[in-house]
Amino acid sequence: MIDADPKTKERTRAAAGIASDALKGDVRLRNAAVRRNGRWSGYTHLLVARLKEMQREPEVIFWVFLFPLLLAFGLGIAFRSRPASISSLAIAAGPRAKATLEMVQQSSRPLHAQIVDEAEAVNGFRLGRYDLVVIPNNSGNFEYRYDPARPESVLARAEADDALQSAAGRTNPLPTSARASSEPGARYIDFLIPGLLGMNLMNSGMWGVGFALVDMRQRKLLKRFVATPMRRSDFLLALTSSRLLLMIVEVGLLLGFGIFAFHMRVAGSWVAIVLLGALGAATFGGLGLLTASRAQKIESVSGLINLVMMPMWIFSGVFFSYERFPAVVHPFIRALPLTALNDALRATILEGAPLAAQAGRLAVLVAWAAISFFLALAWFRWT
Amino acid sequence: MSLAIECRGLRKIYDGKVEALRGLDLEIREGECFGLLGPNGAGKTTAIEILEGLLPATSGEVRVFGRSWERDARELREWLGISLQETRLSEKLTVRETIELFSSFYRQPRSAEEVLAELGLTEKSDTWVGKLSGGQRQRLAVATALVANPRMLFLDEPTTGLDPQSRRQLWEIVGEFQSRGGTVLLTTHYMDEAERLCDRLAIIDHGQVIAAGTPPELIERLGGQHVVEFSVGGNSSEGGKTRQETWRGLAGVESVRAEDGLISLTVRQPHVTIPALLDEVSQQGAELLHLTTRQASLEDVFVRLTGRHLREE
Repeated sequence: MIDADPKTKERTRAAAGIASDALKGDVRLRNAAVRRNGRWSGYTHLLVARLKEMQREPEVIFWVFLFPLLLAFGLGIAFRSRPASISSLAIAAGPRAKATLEMVQQSSRPLHAQIVDEAEAVNGFRLGRYDLVVIPNNSGNFEYRYDPARPESVLARAEADDALQSAAGRTNPLPTSARASSEPGARYIDFLIPGLLGMNLMNSGMWGVGFALVDMRQRKLLKRFVATPMRRSDFLLALTSSRLLLMIVEVGLLLGFGIFAFHMRVAGSWVAIVLLGALGAATFGGLGLLTASRAQKIESVSGLINLVMMPMWIFSGVFFSYERFPAVVHPFIRALPLTALNDALRATILEGAPLAAQAGRLAVLVAWAAISFFLALAWFRWT
Repeated sequence: MSLAIECRGLRKIYDGKVEALRGLDLEIREGECFGLLGPNGAGKTTAIEILEGLLPATSGEVRVFGRSWERDARELREWLGISLQETRLSEKLTVRETIELFSSFYRQPRSAEEVLAELGLTEKSDTWVGKLSGGQRQRLAVATALVANPRMLFLDEPTTGLDPQSRRQLWEIVGEFQSRGGTVLLTTHYMDEAERLCDRLAIIDHGQVIAAGTPPELIERLGGQHVVEFSVGGNSSEGGKTRQETWRGLAGVESVRAEDGLISLTVRQPHVTIPALLDEVSQQGAELLHLTTRQASLEDVFVRLTGRHLREE
């Protein structure tokens, strides 16, 4: 233990040697390994590190990229609007059954008919297997068995009657024509995808910025960073840039999925969509920064983030139109950032509305972004 | 000799009531390894974070290499390598990526490879930080400080919770840094670490320096460099106070401390004190159960100083 004594002497000598060295200049290492870093070296390293970290976090990949796609897929399938589906009808077996079937099949109507025993036909009708039962009577009359409470049954009756009457030689006194126009643009999936996109930008912005920052603060990593010459603005800029890069992937994936899986049509320009995405990412990044500005624990910031997002999940028209809420509250709903983003995305993607026509929505987004960034930077605690 | 750190009358009051520092004075010379010792809650971390420019002091003056944090923060940050207490670095980055990230913040850092080699982390350079052992993580934390090519290294309890081998490795790293002319400030509550590494040290308690000097100086201040420890059997363990005075009166005894029936005497000359002690024990008709003698350590200084301090309150 007492060997401290000789050691101290040796140290003192070393220190004295150094001191004379110090007079000559910097005491730091002056070997070949020392290199120089440029102005943006810190920023680029921070950005690359952030992207690598996200890429190595399987949960991030799932929640940010896969989950919205699964949601879109599931809801898109469940609420798909079937093209006026083929009516299924049963023709009661009998002497004229075969002739009736041929008459039905002559028609171009979306009908699927088959001949079955009357008892079985009635039973199948009751179970919903058939929309309509046609019973050709011996008297030459055709009897329709249908259920006026079932829309598909009413439709099947009209279609079948039309088919039989035409086959029997009826001519229409009025020339009419029809063109199908119910396809892409007005379906539920078309409504849903821009909404999911907005919600995803909100989720990943709030969690990606808010949660990540508080996690770093709790780990004392923020404090460790500010103990270096790192520019604080570079750090925030790198975080923002990583969000923007991620946003482009999110937009591309969700819209691409809509286009390929559901033949969605994108009416607006991609530039406008990406600009909107960037504005949305910035707004929710700002809100994430604000929620993270003081919180010391990830538990408290999680609660805060959910509290902020909850009203927007409900009111901002992600899954259904907010028009269903009473008109009195519409101005408040429209003042929410997610409502503005969803409305703007829908107008651009589905209707091709130019950004210039949406000044009000853009102003709402810009205001939220500006206020939250301003407050966040004023309150933000690095340590 | 020029000073790396000079601070005067440092006070820190948290939330207007908790007084963590009450007038701390320190002088750390360039090229030395200076230790801050103290029990938990003594104010070591508060002091070191003020010196590192991470925490504003309530009052007092701090100079680092003659500069102040208010005016020369950017320059000072380039000069200091800091390892905080319990920083958890990003677990999903590799060791090399972490070092390169930290090196990117400095104008003239050292090469990452060189620092990795120096800290024995080359083999682990492609391993995720999350997969490192405690000792490796601590070495990585020091590596993030050393890659700065700093003039001064701040280590806040660098070896807490480490196994003996990892502690020894860190001691070597600190020694090497110092041998290249670097200045080191470290806090610790391991007395052997302080004795081994520090050229000078200050013992802090309740936010003040209660003793400062080289380890031998501090030990000398005990009044004796030897400790005689013994315990006596029979009824003699009763009546503590008067008994302690008896021991204090023995020839050559500088101070007495009793703990769990074990009595420690600080003495200058054991060969004078021990015969007197034996006489006293046999006079009392008690039985000597245990007797050892050893050289005094910083542990003794620390216990004596903080112990007395606590009793005075």
